[in-house]
Amino acid sequence: MTRLLPLALLAGLVALPLALGANPYLLNALIVTGILTIGAMSLNLLLGFTGQLSLGHIAFFGIGAYVSALTSLGFDVELGFGLRAVHEPWPPVVGFLLATVAAGACGYLIGRLSFRVRGAYFVIVTISFAEVVRLVALNWVELTQGPLALTNIPAFTLGLPGLGFWTLKSKLQNYYLVLAVGTLCYLLIARLVHSRFGRAMRGLKENESLALSVGINATRTLTVAAVISAAMAGAAGSLYAHYLRIIDPDVFLFATTVTMVIMVVAGGKGTLMGPVVGGLIFGLLPVALRPVMAPEAQWIVYGLVLIVILFVLPRGIVPGMAARLGRRPARSAPVLEASPAVPQ
Amino acid sequence: MLEIRDLVCGYGHVTALKGLTITVGEGQLVALVGANGAGKSTTLRAISGLVPPRSGEIRFAGRDIAGAEPRRILEAGIAHCPEGRRVFPQMTVAENLAMGAYLRRDKAGVAADRERIYAEFPRLAERRDQAAGTLSGGEQQMLAIGRALMGRPKLVLFDEPSLGLAPNIVERMFSVIGAIRDAGTTVLLVEQNAFAALELCDYAYLLETGRIVLEGKGEALIADPHVRDAYLGG
Repeated sequence: MTRLLPLALLAGLVALPLALGANPYLLNALIVTGILTIGAMSLNLLLGFTGQLSLGHIAFFGIGAYVSALTSLGFDVELGFGLRAVHEPWPPVVGFLLATVAAGACGYLIGRLSFRVRGAYFVIVTISFAEVVRLVALNWVELTQGPLALTNIPAFTLGLPGLGFWTLKSKLQNYYLVLAVGTLCYLLIARLVHSRFGRAMRGLKENESLALSVGINATRTLTVAAVISAAMAGAAGSLYAHYLRIIDPDVFLFATTVTMVIMVVAGGKGTLMGPVVGGLIFGLLPVALRPVMAPEAQWIVYGLVLIVILFVLPRGIVPGMAARLGRRPARSAPVLEASPAVPQ
Repeated sequence: MLEIRDLVCGYGHVTALKGLTITVGEGQLVALVGANGAGKSTTLRAISGLVPPRSGEIRFAGRDIAGAEPRRILEAGIAHCPEGRRVFPQMTVAENLAMGAYLRRDKAGVAADRERIYAEFPRLAERRDQAAGTLSGGEQQMLAIGRALMGRPKLVLFDEPSLGLAPNIVERMFSVIGAIRDAGTTVLLVEQNAFAALELCDYAYLLETGRIVLEGKGEALIADPHVRDAYLGG
């Protein structure tokens, strides 16, 4: 099951628009869900595989969105002391790359700052960082337009030598773009988790003192994980900016981080498929509920679904279902709780 | 090979080691026995760099390693087999062994060592793709020993290897540790099972509340009236 499920899901997602007949409302929901799922996958890399909770993960997403948007829109900003920063617009693809790099660099800073102490400090540093970045986006009006939003962000243009260029303006094109990036991120994480670096990450989470005693450098391992995770969230942010083509400081809302945490925890943290399954369920649940009930009731049901899932499958959907089906979950999934530590 | 002089170590206000001096000769199996809380585990944790010493000297192969990073100490050739949670429970047996070779870059050598460990412990070979947390206590301890050997250490520190194991497995455990010494690896063994450790070792130290109170050959300690009364049940 663990091998076939991702492939079956991918095939289903590739075929889905054919079945939907390009219904723009559903396609939009799928695209936004897909982008958030990439964010959840990046969060899972930290929360699920190293055990560090980034409650400001949306900061990396938002930084990716703004960097990508500003790269492709250009800007002209007064920096003080008579200095001006002027930037001519570059293609969105360059924005995507810069978004990844910039978000990764922020992940490095946050990691270096907080991983010497870890745990609760990392949570606090990430929350504060997200709030600071949101305030900058809100108040540096000359650069970001503040609450007026950055508008007219160009759509992605993909070029293949000899085949010409496509501007990805339609929802269908964006759907496949998000699906492709998501698949790439999934494969990257899958490779990473079973590499030497992945073992170091999981080792730190499972048994830190043993991990140190086999020679793992905790600060460096966690920082690298934060860089990759942040870069991936930045990539998702860039997709978001060029799909919606308008962004405002609300992309930094704390609630979106919470949504990603729900996707990861309900789906099954520390598993490869967990955030994907959780992401699809909690991304599409509001869409499914909207036609049948009032808005207030939707959120109540949303909460109830979450509670029921965590009651019935406390480790998340993917590991829980795998255990129920009598099969061991993927190798990286939790199998047994650790025996209690013998206190020193 | 390992010389510790006047080592003082502690956690917060508690001083666990109050000037400890021991020597482990090359190729020897040295036992460190004592009651709960005497500071046995702290000694091993200080040697492998997991607890910074407050003062004193730890020399390994002529180099001062007191207060060095764990990975540097590991690179110098000291592997630690800690007590309690001995394995990475959610990783497979094969991955646990790979963790023991984390700092090694010679893939062929690592693979050869892994096969040697599988040959020594066929149970581990059978369960190589199983999560380590699903193994029995004895198998987990064998895995922990195998993992320590994967780093090709010159000195292995064993912390309470018999803790929580069935008696027949304990016997097997001690014979494995004896075999490691016979293969030329130096061993420092911490045990509450004093009799078994004293029988097996070349030299032994008795630790009480952070200080060495007695040392000598294993048989000499077994014959000592104080040791008989306090540790061997009369």
